[in-house]
Amino acid sequence: MENIQSVKWNYDLITNTKCSYQVMLIDGTIMSVPLDEANSDYQAIQEWVAEGNTITDNGGGE
Amino acid sequence: MTLSTIPTRALSEQGINFRNLIINGDMSIAQRGTSQAGISTGYNTCDRWRTQQQIGAFTQSQSTDVPSGQGFATSLKMDCTTANASPGSTSQLSVHQRLEGQMLQSIKKGTPNAESLTMSFWVKSNKTGTYTAEINDDDNSRSISKSYTIDTADTWEKKTITFEGDTTGTLDNDNARSFEVLWWLDAGSDLKSGTFNTSWNSTTLANRVSSSQVSLADNTANEWYITGVQLEVGTSASDFEFLPYDVNLQRCLRYFERMKCLSGGDIVLMLGHHFATGNSYGKLTYYPKRSSPSLSIPSLSNIYYLSNGNLANPNLVQINGSGLQTAEIRVDASNQTAGGSGWLRINLSQVGFDLSAEL
Repeated sequence: MENIQSVKWNYDLITNTKCSYQVMLIDGTIMSVPLDEANSDYQAIQEWVAEGNTITDNGGGE
Repeated sequence: MTLSTIPTRALSEQGINFRNLIINGDMSIAQRGTSQAGISTGYNTCDRWRTQQQIGAFTQSQSTDVPSGQGFATSLKMDCTTANASPGSTSQLSVHQRLEGQMLQSIKKGTPNAESLTMSFWVKSNKTGTYTAEINDDDNSRSISKSYTIDTADTWEKKTITFEGDTTGTLDNDNARSFEVLWWLDAGSDLKSGTFNTSWNSTTLANRVSSSQVSLADNTANEWYITGVQLEVGTSASDFEFLPYDVNLQRCLRYFERMKCLSGGDIVLMLGHHFATGNSYGKLTYYPKRSSPSLSIPSLSNIYYLSNGNLANPNLVQINGSGLQTAEIRVDASNQTAGGSGWLRINLSQVGFDLSAEL
C-alpha cells in the first residue's frame, strides 16, 4: 500500500478498544486494516509511522 | 453430489501436479480490472502480479495478444505512456510476484539438497535487447539474477532460465513473503553499476540488474508483454501447467477477493440488530485468506445501507475484528435505530468490497 493520505484508529464500540486502522488513500479509497502483523497493509502503516507520520486517535465512544 | 474441490488424482491424470510455483502465470484472472492507466506501485490488473513503478508512466492491461497456438488467452501488457529516459539513480520498474515461504519448502533452500529452479515464460516487446530476471530471498536478504534477450521486435519468444539451488539460507515455513520473482523493465544507475549477480549471494543493490538492461520507459512507443510464466523445480522447463479457471481463481482468492456488483444493487452484507441508534454490526464471510484481510471501499457514496424503509450512505464501514474466513464489520448510518436490522448494498457496476491479504 502506497499513497497514504491519513490513518486513524478505529474503536470497537462495545469494548471501547482499538480494533483496526481506517486509512484514507490519496485517490479517495477508504481502507480498514486489521491489527494483524502478517497483513502487508498493516506493515505499510508501521513503515508510514516510522517515516514520522502520526495516526489520528479520536478516542473511543464515537 | 456436488464436488467442492477437484480430486488431486483427477488433476494428475490431466498432467496437473501444481508444479508451477507461480500463481496465475497465464494471466487469466484479473479481479481488479482489465486495464489501469497511470499505474502505481502495487497490484493493478492481473491477480498476484505486482508492479514496482517509479520510472515514467505506464498503462497496465490484461491483453488478448498472446503467442499463437500455445493455449493462452491472455497476457499482461505494460505500455509506456510517459517517457523518462533519465530515471533517478535508485528508481525501479519491474513486474514481480511474491511467494509465501510455506509454498516453497519443496525447493529445500538452505540445505545440501537445494533444488535448482527453472523459469519459463513467453515475452514480446518492440524493444529488443537484454532484460533481467531476478529471484530475491527476503528471509535471508539473498538474491540471484539472470539475463535474457528479446531477439526480434514485436514477436512472441519463449525464454527459459535456470537458477541454481542455494545451499545457504533456509526459507521460513510460514505465510509471510519469502521469495520475490522479478522481471526488470528499467532501473536507475545504482542498481546496475556493479558486477551482475548471476549466482546466489547477499543482495547488493549495485549488482541486481544487468548493465545492459533495456530501458522500457525511455519512449512512449515501448510496450512489453508476458504470459505463460512458470517457475518449477529442476533444470529443465516442462510445458506450461494450465489449471482449470476455477482452480486458478481459488488460488488468487487466497490473496485478494473483490465482492463486486455486476449490474447494480447487489447485497454484500446483512446486518442484524443494530447495537444502538446509528450503528450496527454484521458478519462478512469470504474465501480463506493468507492473513486477516484489509477491506477497501472506493467511495462510501456508492454504497447504501437500507433499513427502516429508507436508504442512506453509511458514514463508516470498518473491520472490527477479522480472521482468515470471516470479519465482524461495523457500519454506521443515519437510518439505523436500536434493535433494527438492514443490509448493505453496492450500487455501482464494477465497484466492490476489496478484501486484500496480498504479500
